[in-house]
Amino acid sequence: MISPDNAKLPETDFQSPMAELIQETLALTRRLFIQLIRRPSTLIAGILQPLIWLVLFGALFSNAPQGLLPGGVTYGKFLGAGVIVFTAFSGALNAGLPVMFDREFGFLNRLLVAPLQSRSSIVLSSVVYITSLSLLQSLAIIWTAALLGYGWPGVSGILLVAITLLLLIFAVTALSLALAFALPGHIELIAVIFVANLPLLFASTALAPLSFMPSWLGWLAALNPLTFAIEPIRAAYRGPVDLSTILFHAPYGDVNGYGCLTVLMVLTIGLFFLIRPILNRKLA
Amino acid sequence: MSVIHLEELEKSYGDVKALSGLTLDVPSGSLFGLLGPNGAGKTTALRILCTLLEPDSGNVTVLGLDALKDPCEVRKKLGYVAQEVALDKILSGRELLQLQGDLYHLRSIERNARIAELIERLEMGSWIDRRCGTYSGGMRRRLDLAAGLLHQPQLLVLDEPTVGLDIESRGKIWQILRELRSQGTTVLLSSHYLEEVEALADRMAIIDDGRVIAQGTPGQLKQNLGGDRVTIRVREFSDEIESEQVRRVLESIEGVSQVVVNRSQGFSLNLVVEGEKVLPKLREELQKAQFELFALTQSRPSLDDVYLQVTGKTLMDAELETAGQRDTKLERKKTMR
Ligand SMILES: Nc1ncnc2c1ncn2[C@@H]1O[C@H](COP(=O)(O)OP(=O)(O)O)[C@@H](O)[C@H]1O
Ligand SMILES: [Mg+2]
Repeated sequence: MISPDNAKLPETDFQSPMAELIQETLALTRRLFIQLIRRPSTLIAGILQPLIWLVLFGALFSNAPQGLLPGGVTYGKFLGAGVIVFTAFSGALNAGLPVMFDREFGFLNRLLVAPLQSRSSIVLSSVVYITSLSLLQSLAIIWTAALLGYGWPGVSGILLVAITLLLLIFAVTALSLALAFALPGHIELIAVIFVANLPLLFASTALAPLSFMPSWLGWLAALNPLTFAIEPIRAAYRGPVDLSTILFHAPYGDVNGYGCLTVLMVLTIGLFFLIRPILNRKLA
Repeated sequence: MSVIHLEELEKSYGDVKALSGLTLDVPSGSLFGLLGPNGAGKTTALRILCTLLEPDSGNVTVLGLDALKDPCEVRKKLGYVAQEVALDKILSGRELLQLQGDLYHLRSIERNARIAELIERLEMGSWIDRRCGTYSGGMRRRLDLAAGLLHQPQLLVLDEPTVGLDIESRGKIWQILRELRSQGTTVLLSSHYLEEVEALADRMAIIDDGRVIAQGTPGQLKQNLGGDRVTIRVREFSDEIESEQVRRVLESIEGVSQVVVNRSQGFSLNLVVEGEKVLPKLREELQKAQFELFALTQSRPSLDDVYLQVTGKTLMDAELETAGQRDTKLERKKTMR
C-alpha cells in the first residue's frame, strides 16, 4: 500500500530542538566515519607517517652524546612528544577537506535545503569527527612509542596530554574549517595544508630544543603554537608534572605549564571567534 | 489557492541577468511544468524558491510562508530534486536515504519504513545497498527523487528531472509524479523538453530570458493560438538565402502570418494560415515566384507553436543558440557557498 505523500505527521512526532540538533549532527558525523572506514588510506597514512618519523629520526640521533639534551633524555624520548603533537596537528589540519569537497560537489546544497535545526551541525560534525580521529591517531602513536621503549606518561600525565592535544586540535580544526569556506577550491586548500605543515614542524621544539637554534629560529619556535603543545607533553613524559614549573626559556621570558595551556586556550577561543563571521556568511 | 507565488523576481550574477521580473503562480495540487530553453532562468528561479539563493528583489511565498523571512519552515515542507544530483560516492543509496531522513528529523522507525516503501516504489531494491559511485544516471536520479520524497513534502520541486535518462528511468519518474499529483501533492518541474511538459503537466508556464511569457493549461495555451499551423519546404535541405526569399513571398500573402525560418530543421518555414482556403493561394504564389513546394504539412497547434508564438523562435533553435556557450563548471564555482 502506498501512503499518501501529503499525509500530516502526527503531533506526537515533535522532538526538542536539542534532540534534533543531536540527530542531525550524529548523522553527519556517521557519514564522515563511513567515508573513513571505506577509504582507510588517510587513517593508515596518518598513523604510519609519524611512526616512520619516530623510528627513523629516533635512530638517526641514537648515538648522539649523552647529556646533550635538556634533562639528559635520549633523543628518542625527546622526539616522542614532538611526533605526538605533529600527528594531532596534521590530522586536524585536514578537517576542512571533506567540507571543501561537499562545497565543490554540491553535497552542501543537500544539507542547506534540509530544515536543519542549526547549520552549526555541519561544522560540529566535522569537529567531532576530526577530534576523535586525531585523538585516536595520537593514542596509537603514544602506545607504539611506549612499546618502542620511549616511555609512558602515566595516568595523570595522559590526562595532561589529552587536554593539551584537544586544545590544539580544536584550534587547528577551526582554522582548517575557516579555510575550507574561505578558499575557492580543494587545490588551494591542499596547497595551504601542504605549505603549512612542515615549516610549522621545523620551526617548533618538536625536533630540537630551543637552545640548539639560532636566535631567529628560536623566536619563531617560541611563538609557534606547536611548541606550546609539545612542551607540556614532553614534561608529562619526564615525570609527574607541576604546571607551575618552567617548561622552556623563550627569548621573551620563561614559560611554565599554565602559560602553555593558557596560550592554547586563548588561541582556540580566538580562532573560533575569528571564523564565526566566515561561517555565518557562508552558511547563512 | 496558489502554493507558490513568485513576484517580480530579479536576480543577476555579475553582469548576467538571470531573472528579470519573473512572476509565477502555482495552484495547489497541480502538476506544473516550467518550460524554457537552456539559460532561461529555470534553475535560478527554483533555487530561490527552495531557499538556496536570495533574489536581488521580489517576493517569494511558498505554502503561505514568506520564504525570504522564514526559510526554515519552507524547507520542512518542501522536497527539492536538483538539476545536478549530488550523491556521496562512498555511501550506499540506503545510507544516503538514512542520512537524509535524519536531516529531516524523522524518527528511526518511521524513517526506515519510509525508506523501504520508496525502495519498492522506485524499484531500487537490487542496487540500493551498492555504493552510489557505481550508479548510472537513471539510478542516481531515482535515488535523488526518493530522497526528495522521504519526508512526505506537500510540495515537490524538480529541476529537469529526466535530462539524459534512459527510457525506463524516465517512465518510472513520470509514473511517480503522476501518482503524487493524484494523491494531492503539488509538483513543480522544470524542463526544456516539450514532450515532457506535454505528457505530464496540467498547468504550465513558458519562461524565456528570465521572465514568464505565457501561463495556463497546455490546452488553453494552444487554443489561444488560433489558426492552422503549416510547415513548408521548398526542397529537402534549403539554405538561408532561399528560405528568406520564400519568407518574403509568403508574408505578402493575405491570411498568412508569423512566418519563421526554422534553422535547425533544414531551413523549413513555419507559418500560420487563417483556415484551409489560404492554401490554394499559397501554392499559386509560390509557383509564380518559381519555388517548388517540396513538402507541406498541416498540424494542430502544439506547445512548440505556443513557444514560437510568444518568443518568435522555436524551442530547438533557442536551445542551439545557447548550446556550448555556458561554462557550467565556472558557474557552479561562482555559486558555490
Ligand atoms: N553562477 C552563475 N554565474 C554566472 N552566470 C550564471 C550563473 N548561474 C546561471 N547563470 C546564467 O544565468 C542565466 C540563467 O541560468 P539558469 O537559471 O541556470 O537557467 P536554466 O536553468 O533555465 O538553464 C544563464 O544565462 C546562465 O548562464
Ligand atoms: Mg537549469
